[in-house]
Amino acid sequence: MQSQPGIIEFNAETLDLVNKIVSRYPVGRQKSALLPVLHIAQAENNGWLSSETMDYVASLLSIQPIEVYEVASFYSMFNLQPVGNCVIEVCQTGPCWLNGSEAILAHFEKRLGIKAGETTADGRFTIKTVECLAACGNAPVIQVGTEYHENMSTAKADALLEKWKTENKISHTNPYL
Amino acid sequence: MPQKILLEHIDVPGLASYEVYRKLGGYTAVEKALKNYTPDEVTQEVTKSGLRGRGGAGFPTGLKWGFIDKKSKNPRYLVCNYDESEPGTFKDRHIGFLNPHQLIEGMILGSYALGANTSYIYIRGELFYVLRGLEKAIDEAYRNGFLGDNIKGSGYSLNLYCHPGAGAYICGEETALLESLEGKRGNPRIKPPFPAIVGLYGCPTVVNNVETIATLPWIINHGSDSYAAIGIGNSKGTKLISACGHINKPGIYEIEMGLPVEEFIYSDEYCGGIRNGNKLKAVVAGGSSVPILPASLILKTAGGEPRLMSYESLADGGFQTGTMLGSGGFIVMDETTCIVKNLLTFSRFYHHESCGQCSPCREGTGWMEKILTRLENGQGTMKDIDLLANIAKHIDGNTICPLGDAAAWPVASAIRHFRDEFEEHVKLQKCPF
Repeated sequence: MQSQPGIIEFNAETLDLVNKIVSRYPVGRQKSALLPVLHIAQAENNGWLSSETMDYVASLLSIQPIEVYEVASFYSMFNLQPVGNCVIEVCQTGPCWLNGSEAILAHFEKRLGIKAGETTADGRFTIKTVECLAACGNAPVIQVGTEYHENMSTAKADALLEKWKTENKISHTNPYL
Repeated sequence: MPQKILLEHIDVPGLASYEVYRKLGGYTAVEKALKNYTPDEVTQEVTKSGLRGRGGAGFPTGLKWGFIDKKSKNPRYLVCNYDESEPGTFKDRHIGFLNPHQLIEGMILGSYALGANTSYIYIRGELFYVLRGLEKAIDEAYRNGFLGDNIKGSGYSLNLYCHPGAGAYICGEETALLESLEGKRGNPRIKPPFPAIVGLYGCPTVVNNVETIATLPWIINHGSDSYAAIGIGNSKGTKLISACGHINKPGIYEIEMGLPVEEFIYSDEYCGGIRNGNKLKAVVAGGSSVPILPASLILKTAGGEPRLMSYESLADGGFQTGTMLGSGGFIVMDETTCIVKNLLTFSRFYHHESCGQCSPCREGTGWMEKILTRLENGQGTMKDIDLLANIAKHIDGNTICPLGDAAAWPVASAIRHFRDEFEEHVKLQKCPF
């Protein structure tokens, strides 16, 4: 887990992607690229947005840092504190609850020895509860990075945990790639 | 066989690719429209078809397009609302993933009708895997001359881009969506002015749902009369229903408007009945926001008529005994379900998703969640039930955007139809389930 304030600078390839995204909006409206660029910045900064990272994004888009902070703090996909390598997001809204999401959450908590909102001591896993992921027909549902895992059961949760441990799963990868 | 418009080819392998979509007749609607129709004639076709917005509000699509300010010298925009987040609703995710070109073709038709030369698909950030597929399909459309400059020699040009959200249900509200697309917090704007006059970057803009837009190619190919011939009353055409909860066959079904609710729940062609042979207890018929109805009132109206899957029939009886078709998010609950606990998850959702601009919603949603938590844990009082109903009443209609109403209606309707169950939580001092 990254505990130092992260400072990132995009490499040339990522800067190309950022410039391509910025070009999708009218001249002078580059602020529109803020959400896409924050997604990329978060992925490159170990899954969270430090104030240094947000300042860097502000400079890239020629906007004030406060314009980035106020946006980053509004949207639930942005983490403003460090997270583990693999963030397990468990849906808890009605349709998932009707199909046993509480048992899935409790199972992850028990297996990892942490509560929702916490990170394991080795920095490998974070559990986060989220609201409706729009996959209610295959409830209960969890999300890890950009992957959906549906029709969850405790057995499926165990199998996924084993897989993630073996492969040292990192959930924060550039979502555009 | 019921008519399939949106899901006609959904099982064809490789449908997401340009080649397969094209072989199945894809992009012929764009060719037809650009060659034979003026933009206004496309709008007229859509108006005559009777198509209504599929995001939940059911506003006539052609009429909405007609409001666009054509006197303005500013550019115009079409924005696709792909922020599908209403609990129980999961239809759009599949259209964009399995059949992205259908959505792109619809975007070209809508943009042409509105005179937009740049359009955006605003997709919720959780669905990045869908966004990647859409961007690939958009690239294919450019390569094949259906996007970009001078499409098929028509003189009409369109650039189309995807834009991700980042986890905010409120951005499904069209003005919050536009704020978000401008790189801001998703705070809904005060209306009027409506987006058709002052929308994206202050320019005339129309925001339409994915399903609405994906229907356009069929309407142009087959004509407005063919579309209007399907359905019942003012509910024309087909509707995607995403069914979930305690049913044997959860999934996405395309129904012709007017299908009896009873058939939809119990027929093997659709939901296949209640799981484990249990009894039906309640249904939330159009996404978490719409009033919950007990089994007796979802199958039949208060007047004893069979309830149908249509805007009018589901609304029959108003909020006293009816509900809404909404987004088509159909959540089914069997006899083992605690209505109070289910409501608590909804109230937690709305509390979490309130943008915080309006006091009734910002404070009220949190207050309702708190009271429901108390009731569910057996620490509530009879007065709490009245207090809950009272808070809901004071949120309803008193906020800038409909999120306040959406938070209030489930609470008000659950108490209206299941008051006994709330009282039982108080009497037993615990959840009876």
